Amino acid sequence: MTSSLLYAMAGAALCGIGLFGLLRLSHLLRKLLAFNIMGSGVFLIMVALPQHQSGPDPVPQALVLTGIVVAIAATALAVVLIRRYYHLSGMTSLEGEAGSREGGPL
Amino acid sequence: MTLEEWMPLFALMISLVASLVIFALPEKGYVRRTSVNLGAALLKLVVVVVMVWGVFHGVNYGVSFTMVPGVTFVLKADALSMLFAGLSAVLWLLTTIYAVGYLEDSPNRRRFFGFFSLCVASTMGIALAGNLFTFFLFYEMLTLSTYPLVVHRGTAKALRAGRTYLIYTLTGGAVLLFAIAWLHSMAGDLPFRDGGHFVGADPDIHGSLILIFILLMAGLGVKAALFPLHGWLPQAMVAPAPVSALLHAVAVVKAGAFGIVRVVYDIYGVEASSALGLLEPLSWLAAFTILYASTRALWQADLKRRLAFSTISQVSYIILGIALVGPLAAIGGLVHLLHQGIMKITLFFCAGNYAETLGIHRIDEMDGAGQRMPGTSLAFTIGAFGMIGAPPLAGFITKWVMGSGALAVDMDWVILVLVGSSLLNAAYFLPIVHRLWFREVKGSWPEERHWGRLETSPWLLWPPLLTAVATVVVGVLASLPFSPLSWAELIVLRESSP
Amino acid sequence: MTLWLMAGLLFTPLAWAVLTLLTDFVWGRRVTWVGILVQVVVSLGLWLTVAQNGGFYYDLGGWGAPLGIELRVDGLAVTFVLLTAAVASACGLHAGVYIDQHKSWHRYFWPLFWFLWSGLNAVWLGGDLFNLYVGLELISLSAVGLVALGGKANALRASIRYLLAALLGSLAYLLGVALIYGQFGTLSIAGVVLWLDNHSAPAGPGLALALMITGLALKTALFPLHRWLPPAHGIAKSPVSALLSALVVKASFYIAARLWLAFGESLGSLAAAQLVGLLGSAAVVWGSWLACKQVQLKQVVAYSSVAQIGYLFLLFPLTYSVSEPISLQAQQGITLQVISHALAKAAMFLAVGNLILSVGSNRVDALAGVSRFLPFSLFSFGLAGVSLMSLPPSGGFAAKWLLLQASLGSGQWWWALVLLAGGLLSAAYLFRIYRASFAENPETDRFYHPSKSLEVIPMVLAVMALALGFVSEQVLSVMALPFEEEGAP
Repeated sequence: MTSSLLYAMAGAALCGIGLFGLLRLSHLLRKLLAFNIMGSGVFLIMVALPQHQSGPDPVPQALVLTGIVVAIAATALAVVLIRRYYHLSGMTSLEGEAGSREGGPL
Repeated sequence: MTLEEWMPLFALMISLVASLVIFALPEKGYVRRTSVNLGAALLKLVVVVVMVWGVFHGVNYGVSFTMVPGVTFVLKADALSMLFAGLSAVLWLLTTIYAVGYLEDSPNRRRFFGFFSLCVASTMGIALAGNLFTFFLFYEMLTLSTYPLVVHRGTAKALRAGRTYLIYTLTGGAVLLFAIAWLHSMAGDLPFRDGGHFVGADPDIHGSLILIFILLMAGLGVKAALFPLHGWLPQAMVAPAPVSALLHAVAVVKAGAFGIVRVVYDIYGVEASSALGLLEPLSWLAAFTILYASTRALWQADLKRRLAFSTISQVSYIILGIALVGPLAAIGGLVHLLHQGIMKITLFFCAGNYAETLGIHRIDEMDGAGQRMPGTSLAFTIGAFGMIGAPPLAGFITKWVMGSGALAVDMDWVILVLVGSSLLNAAYFLPIVHRLWFREVKGSWPEERHWGRLETSPWLLWPPLLTAVATVVVGVLASLPFSPLSWAELIVLRESSP
Repeated sequence: MTLWLMAGLLFTPLAWAVLTLLTDFVWGRRVTWVGILVQVVVSLGLWLTVAQNGGFYYDLGGWGAPLGIELRVDGLAVTFVLLTAAVASACGLHAGVYIDQHKSWHRYFWPLFWFLWSGLNAVWLGGDLFNLYVGLELISLSAVGLVALGGKANALRASIRYLLAALLGSLAYLLGVALIYGQFGTLSIAGVVLWLDNHSAPAGPGLALALMITGLALKTALFPLHRWLPPAHGIAKSPVSALLSALVVKASFYIAARLWLAFGESLGSLAAAQLVGLLGSAAVVWGSWLACKQVQLKQVVAYSSVAQIGYLFLLFPLTYSVSEPISLQAQQGITLQVISHALAKAAMFLAVGNLILSVGSNRVDALAGVSRFLPFSLFSFGLAGVSLMSLPPSGGFAAKWLLLQASLGSGQWWWALVLLAGGLLSAAYLFRIYRASFAENPETDRFYHPSKSLEVIPMVLAVMALALGFVSEQVLSVMALPFEEEGAP
């Protein structure tokens, strides 16, 4: 088992854990953390998979950098929104509103 | 673009532009709106007359362009289009006059007349359509523009009737679209052509052709009020009388019948249709509708509902005439398109007069109305006798020609249907006539309004009188050229010699 | 010349976004007017250039792929660029008057608006998978911000839900991109197509494509992943809802369509195609059914979006292993559907905004009597509805006709039934609203008149949706233009 394949499988595992958390946890900050874990998993797969015989491939590294930046921006936005939401409603999760026809995040 | 290309577009544009202008004018601009209405109606009449003359002399009016890749928008004026176009142009003018009088003091007149003009534009488009795609375009436009007129009053009853109307017509439209799309994917873009396209068609596609025909009849039959798709028509009588008069006695139901004529003559072709065995069942269905609707008319206590069932019955005459494979019967069916239009609109105008002037809606309230409103009642009587088929009125011409046509193709049972339906017509019209003239007034009228010396407003009185006169003239002078009968003969002549 | 056009197209929105960060609402509005003018002119210029000369590839800054940004300017891309220009300017102009200028945080509307526009342009013109990801993220984050501008708790809820759904979708897409890069060694769409032409398809990338399509479907709110859309589009301010329904959901669909058209034959399967079509049909039925039951006006329109999005996914079964002309018909139909839905839905949301402003209530049954006071906006709504119901003469009808032909021609006649049933169902929920407006028992006797400019804008959009029915031939001929020079980067 090559090291890159090991990394890729670790990334897949992180993805799975993150996805589970994103869907099943109800506290918004925990959902956000799950999302970040899932993101890390994806980045890991992205770096690990395309390893070629001629050494490290710069393209995925550049892409992952971009991805990390995007993830930071998204996380920052999410944190702001969650804070504001808590401030306005006192709630930390999306469920629990009486008579709401909306389901989970999906 | 040449003049021949402009004319059909122009005929359409007149009412379309009129509609936009009316929507733009303020609600209170009565005089301006009435002048736009009447001016546009007169202009359209002039254009149609010019085109009738041209078509008679063999001028080819038409325009086409590709709207969607693979299919063209075609306007074409042939003899059959001009029959329908002429009817709608003349009756639009009269109905506009009538509507102006009828809706005096009503709210929302701008909305009414705006959509009214759109309806007329759609009807003109249906008349001038050169292929099924274009036909369908205007057919659905007609549905959309008639809905606001049906629900004009805004009462719960009107809204319910509107809902029923939509369910029927939109579903019919969807079925029609499916059939047209299927035919198109099978056979390409087929223009309307004398003699049809499927003479001697490949036996492989017979099954599909039969199925498509049934779907087409279902889609068109909704508007043509063919049994069992007629349910919307009696309910739509809740609309104001001008709407019932023009639209549900003339434009909408005739659009459906017209479509059936086009499909049988100019898409399939009469020979192909009868070879596929499609016309006999159609004729039975039409005959059944005639008798069924006439029978139900007997039980209606509301005047407009009785007239509605009479319409359902009469429109099927047209379909019956088409379905009998013979030129004479076809002439009878086609000429009835016009005759029935004139007679029925007379009756509806009169019904509207009774409602507006005396507050009468039911037949048992009509005792002695002949003395109070002689002009209207005279028009009503003429229309009623025309429906029954008394000579020398328009209705008689139709039944005579159709009867002769039926005998010519050995379909003797049709005579029984014609006679039976005439008897039924007499049974439900003569009592009304009797009440009008030969009974005394029972107490006072439900809600009477006075207009000085005349029995009712001149806007309301003249249209039915004019159409009643037309009923007589069209029958008496049927043998002259440019009478409806001669025009129908011309159509059939051109149809059978492509 | 093209250099200026391309630069203008991509950098003007970004520059304007930065500019409007510095201003308040009123000044931001004025700056935006200038920007809108520039964008419309540039978009039109680009469309005309491509219409005359054909499409081309453009390397931003002269750096080629894979590290440079390569843009693909073909007929379809410029059509959508032009569409965006039309709809976004309308929404921007409407928002300038509609949105309350006194709330201080509303000044962030303009930067978010401009970031959204730049993201949209990036997606339409994107040629490689990763830049499409960046564009998508830009769009999602701006859209979430726009939804949250409502300020109240329910707007925040809706925006958080939207954000989580969008992020999940993006991650799924990104994972797919990673797998594709791992397999093919290139990120550009044309490059992958070239690789697939020369080798047979391996087993793995089917998963990648499925992941990407799933992620994009989540962002487009395809049934059953649609739950986030009605709150977001229903609670946001009307110009925002218009932008979201008209353009934002189309961006992810556009990418999914590009991917499918490029890779679908090789990497997809018949079952997958039919499944997507089935989900689209379910969306049509389910969305329309729910729309009929909504009490609030904007929710009806939002659920209508769910239903209409279902039609778009009929592209998948209708372009998988069918003949070339049928596939073209299906593509043309879907393109027209996207354009007419964008125009009609934007017109609808803007008109509804006017109606709600006038009547003072969001409920459907509060519309009674409005036809006398605000007939113009009601008429815009009505006209937009004609296109939405795909009744003639409108762009929606032209789209439906082409899709009917494609389904009947390819033997997949069941989609024809879905199309027709969908039309009837949309008539059901739209006529419910028309009915309410015809009713003659007004409870509110005081109607507020919005300014004329607010009323004109939806009318213009609605008329464009109808006019599309007549000029569809010309529009589609540009869409299908080939490239003037082929070649992989």
